Amino acid sequence: MKQSKLVLTLVAAAVGLIGCGEEKKPEPPKVAAPPPPSIEIKIGSVAPLTGGIAHLGKDNENGVLLALDEANAGKIKIDGKDAKFVIMSEDDQADPKVGKTVAQKLADAKVAGVVGHLNSGTSIPASEVYNGAGIPVISGSATNPKLTEQGFKVQFRVVGRDDQQGPAIASYLAINNKPKVVAIVDDATAYGEGLANEVEKTLKAAKINVLPREKGTDKTVDWKAVLTKIKGRKPDAVFYGGMDATAGPLLKQGRELGIKAVFAFGDGACDGDKMKELAGEAAEGLMCSTAGIPAAAADSKFLAAFKKKFNSDPKIYSPFTYDAANLLIEAMKKANSADPAKYLPELAKMDYKGATGRIMFDEKGDRKDPEITTSVMKGGKLEPVAIFKAGQTVSYEVFLKAAAAAPAEAPKPAAEVAKDAAKTAAEPAKDAAKK
Amino acid sequence: MDIFIQQLINGVTLGSVYAVVALGYTMVYGIIQLINFAHGEVVLIGAMVAFSVITALAPGGWPPLMVVAAGTMVAIPVCMAIGYGLERAAYRPLRNAPRLAPLISAIGMSIILQHLALLVWSRNFIAFPQIIRSEPYHIGGAIITNVQIAIIATSVAMMAGLALIVYRTRLGTAMRATAQNQHVAGLMGVDINRIIAVTFLIAAALAAVAGVMVGSYYGIAHYQMGSLLGLKAFSAAVLGGIGNLPGAMLGGVLLGVVEALGAGYIGDFTDNWFGSNYQDVFAFMVLIAVLVFRPTGLLGERVGERT
Repeated sequence: MKQSKLVLTLVAAAVGLIGCGEEKKPEPPKVAAPPPPSIEIKIGSVAPLTGGIAHLGKDNENGVLLALDEANAGKIKIDGKDAKFVIMSEDDQADPKVGKTVAQKLADAKVAGVVGHLNSGTSIPASEVYNGAGIPVISGSATNPKLTEQGFKVQFRVVGRDDQQGPAIASYLAINNKPKVVAIVDDATAYGEGLANEVEKTLKAAKINVLPREKGTDKTVDWKAVLTKIKGRKPDAVFYGGMDATAGPLLKQGRELGIKAVFAFGDGACDGDKMKELAGEAAEGLMCSTAGIPAAAADSKFLAAFKKKFNSDPKIYSPFTYDAANLLIEAMKKANSADPAKYLPELAKMDYKGATGRIMFDEKGDRKDPEITTSVMKGGKLEPVAIFKAGQTVSYEVFLKAAAAAPAEAPKPAAEVAKDAAKTAAEPAKDAAKK
Repeated sequence: MDIFIQQLINGVTLGSVYAVVALGYTMVYGIIQLINFAHGEVVLIGAMVAFSVITALAPGGWPPLMVVAAGTMVAIPVCMAIGYGLERAAYRPLRNAPRLAPLISAIGMSIILQHLALLVWSRNFIAFPQIIRSEPYHIGGAIITNVQIAIIATSVAMMAGLALIVYRTRLGTAMRATAQNQHVAGLMGVDINRIIAVTFLIAAALAAVAGVMVGSYYGIAHYQMGSLLGLKAFSAAVLGGIGNLPGAMLGGVLLGVVEALGAGYIGDFTDNWFGSNYQDVFAFMVLIAVLVFRPTGLLGERVGERT
């Protein structure tokens, strides 16, 4: 008796719920007539908002938030209606499985476009979902080449790829530190392993002895055994492909063991404050790359607006997610529609001046001629030292001067002023990248 | 050679942490034949509580050692309360149930504790404030830091203290009697419930100290750190012969050393076919090999006699 009552209540509740769901949907078109017509455009933003790299995820999300805020303040009209942009922020926990689940959730919610994901490991499986649903997705931080090599028309990215980032940091290391032996460690993720492979290729092409690869996981905090082994081989440099939550302990323990080599990292471990928190004094002198211009070199208007809204400076990739969100909005404006099928062609042929410079996509959806920055920790602060662009390395001062001299046309000038030494040494890097 | 010594130092440091945690498993197993799968999570809570206290006190300008000691002093009672709570809530009601029932409730408690930690301390990696500077000392080309020395010394002191309690006091005698036969010990006037509760309290206190050691050694804590550590310490206890106190100590140190040497040399032995990421596999292979030839573990002869 009791049970049947319960079932009845459940059924009633379910009917009520279904009823609600049905009522809500047709609302906008019906009630649209009397006030000025408006449409709500949902933009997805995906990054790990919890976990070891939540600080980076939050940074990425902030970029999108700022872009949508500005768009809403700008009273954009799309198809004659007042557009209201709403963020749908999802946490993928840097986990490929969760990444795919939240991608499906966004697809079911019929978002107009997505900015994300942060990690390559989550972006690649998720891109399949977005492709199936026909939703344009722009990553502002995923650097694994495979992401745009799958032939998905909806996938774009506004940062460099690991086959540009790897050669960039490796050739800088080769030129600047002239190591004879380099040890490479990775965290066995799509990102870490991919980047480490690119670095290894470049170093080998420059005739530098690379030790057999050592591996951990993206949760390893005990690197002592691996580092001790590495210490025995007396490398001049250690490169680690992985995120800062594991890179910090690696660096700290390496110095504790008395390894004097220079430690180099990719963009996953290039948040200066976090590395200092995790590695303490050992962070001094570390070298790392990011797959774009330094956040501090972004458009000054963007930097001021970001500071005002979040009361902090952008960390690494928020200028890029900001641009990514703006690209989506810009394409919608051009196509005069928030329908992915209609604005996608506009997005593909976009030529846009964003906070990170001029953005154009190639046929794969990659950014044309992205910059790669190499930074070094000096006196507790990460200082950009070199910019790598179109196969060439130039010092950061030269890059800034060139950028200041020709602010309108960013694509070429930096490369031409390259130092001769940098040029020759970067040649092998270029070759390796082609292979 | 100095590399070999260095790996030994790494291994012994890690191993003494394993040993302290393994003691908790083996004590509880010895007395009520229960594998307390929530023990790794007690270590986790110990680390997290100490982290909170240390973070709160670090800016106060106290001497670093005092701050860490204060963290430990808070972590120990919290963990003891949890250990006692576990025993009262999850194990005592099931003491006469079939053996699988308390095992399942142990796994359940482990999940509950882990998620409790997730709620309180979030999913993020937590960086321990680095208030103790690690000073390196050189031993024939290898380096041992003051933190490592402190960990090894603390572990040895705790193991010695435990041995004293178990083999030299009335309480210890009662514990050993309970371990041999609960029913008869009860008839001889031993308060079984009290002795079992005390066992859990001691195990939890050891776990708390182990948590502080792990946290300050790596400088990082995470809500999932307890599960793998617990699993390895449990393996160490089995390796030494579960239920046997010297066995847990031996097993712990041995597992730590095997792991360090495995990560250091497995690549060379297999021509880099196996990398250092197989270091856990290597440790467990040794465990399996030992168990095939000595199912009771290295020092675990007495276990076989029990029914």
